[in-house]
Amino acid sequence: MTLAATLPTNRDEEWRYADIPAVTALGADALDAWHVPVLAPGEVRTKDLLLDDSAPGLHRVRITVGAGARAELFAVISASSYTRLEVEVTLGEGAHFEFGAVTIGGGDVVREAVTRVRHAEPSATSHQVIRAVHWGQATGNFLGRIEVARHAQKTDAEQDFKGLILERGASANARPELEIYADDVKCAHGAAIGQMDANAAFYMASRGIDPQAAKVLLVRAFIADALAAKDDSEALLDAALAALEGAAL
Amino acid sequence: MLAINDLHATVADKAILKGLSLQINAGEVHAIMGPNGAGKSTLGYTLGGRPGYEVTGGTVTFQGEDLLDLEPHERAAKGLFLGFQYPVEIPGVSFVQFLREAANAQRKVRGEAPLSGGEFLKLAREKAGLLKMDMDMLKRPVNVGFSGGEKKRAEMVQMGILDPRLAILDETDSGLDIDALRIVGDGINAIMRRPDKAVLLITHYQRLLDYVKPDFVHVLANGRIVRTGGPELALQLETEGYEAVAA
Repeated sequence: MTLAATLPTNRDEEWRYADIPAVTALGADALDAWHVPVLAPGEVRTKDLLLDDSAPGLHRVRITVGAGARAELFAVISASSYTRLEVEVTLGEGAHFEFGAVTIGGGDVVREAVTRVRHAEPSATSHQVIRAVHWGQATGNFLGRIEVARHAQKTDAEQDFKGLILERGASANARPELEIYADDVKCAHGAAIGQMDANAAFYMASRGIDPQAAKVLLVRAFIADALAAKDDSEALLDAALAALEGAAL
Repeated sequence: MLAINDLHATVADKAILKGLSLQINAGEVHAIMGPNGAGKSTLGYTLGGRPGYEVTGGTVTFQGEDLLDLEPHERAAKGLFLGFQYPVEIPGVSFVQFLREAANAQRKVRGEAPLSGGEFLKLAREKAGLLKMDMDMLKRPVNVGFSGGEKKRAEMVQMGILDPRLAILDETDSGLDIDALRIVGDGINAIMRRPDKAVLLITHYQRLLDYVKPDFVHVLANGRIVRTGGPELALQLETEGYEAVAA
């Protein structure tokens, strides 16, 4: 028997920027549906998630990564209704977590990636790159929490978020959170939100590239960072850009 | 090829071009010289259609068409090339990708078939060779990590690939050492010195004109052309200064 989760509100820190009416409509069952992959010591596993209109809503994943194992998760969140990818990771000794995510889209829609990475044992590493590209009234969120246990020395954790706002009215929120109890660790985080580079756009136009094609090229370069650690990322990049190609910008 | 008549333009509500007129015919090379703040770069950007450069009066006709009515990318497709004083860096987009997209976008507007990957690379290699630029540099992101001189040479490689009718080159000579200046000068001649093409060189100095001989030299001061002459005018400017000559 599972205990039904309590529906969150915007007062809950982890749901602060979420679309609560949409979450409520999805219901407690969706909140309870956790995927719980377990990676054995030394195992390497890669997963791609395309959360477009074939898979909107809540996606909650709780990953246990055994000693020396490597978990890689790459996600594109581009559905045209509320979509949230939430990933909880517990890293064993010397384990690695690689995370690349893109939120992309317009409309009056919230798309978010939420991670909690627990460095529970020494010498584990994590690397997260998140890119948000939005227009219309859309919002892209990244809430990233890194916890380093007291004895998890030699932890190396990095998270990097960048938002690109293509139109006034869209927004991006980043909330990095580091909770570090060990003293011999490296934890880095960065967050920046900006607009399309007008100089680059004119430079491209001056060479004959029309504004829409220029936008696609620049956005592709921008989001490619999130998938840089992935072998053969072309298909997932194209899937992310499909959202942009249908947009009237 | 290009007829500018009484052009007025403002940048951030400040009048920069104040009645500039200039006629450029096919086969000609024109040089515009002038002191800082005269409006030289504004002229280039206005003709290129850069946002923020507002035309408040006058006309510009390019190959019989109203240039000012066209979007910047359409101007390029019609054969206008703007060489930037400060070429822009575009991280994450390689020159090869950028230029193939540009070349094929222009071809599409002109109703020509797109270049295949192989055809494009052959063309790019040829033009890079003309400017003595290593093809590997074109595999790097656009202008990222390039020295000032390399950026200017890369501008000329772009010009070679895009094969424009009219090139407006804004201080293409700045930031070049003596050897690079000669290479760029030879490149301009090889690509643009043809009876069906024309060049407008915007420059501070006479030195580029040793390599690319202009047919006409104009002095731009306070938003208009105050004097026009032959190549000897550039030499006179070099020895006497703008103030004496433009007065």
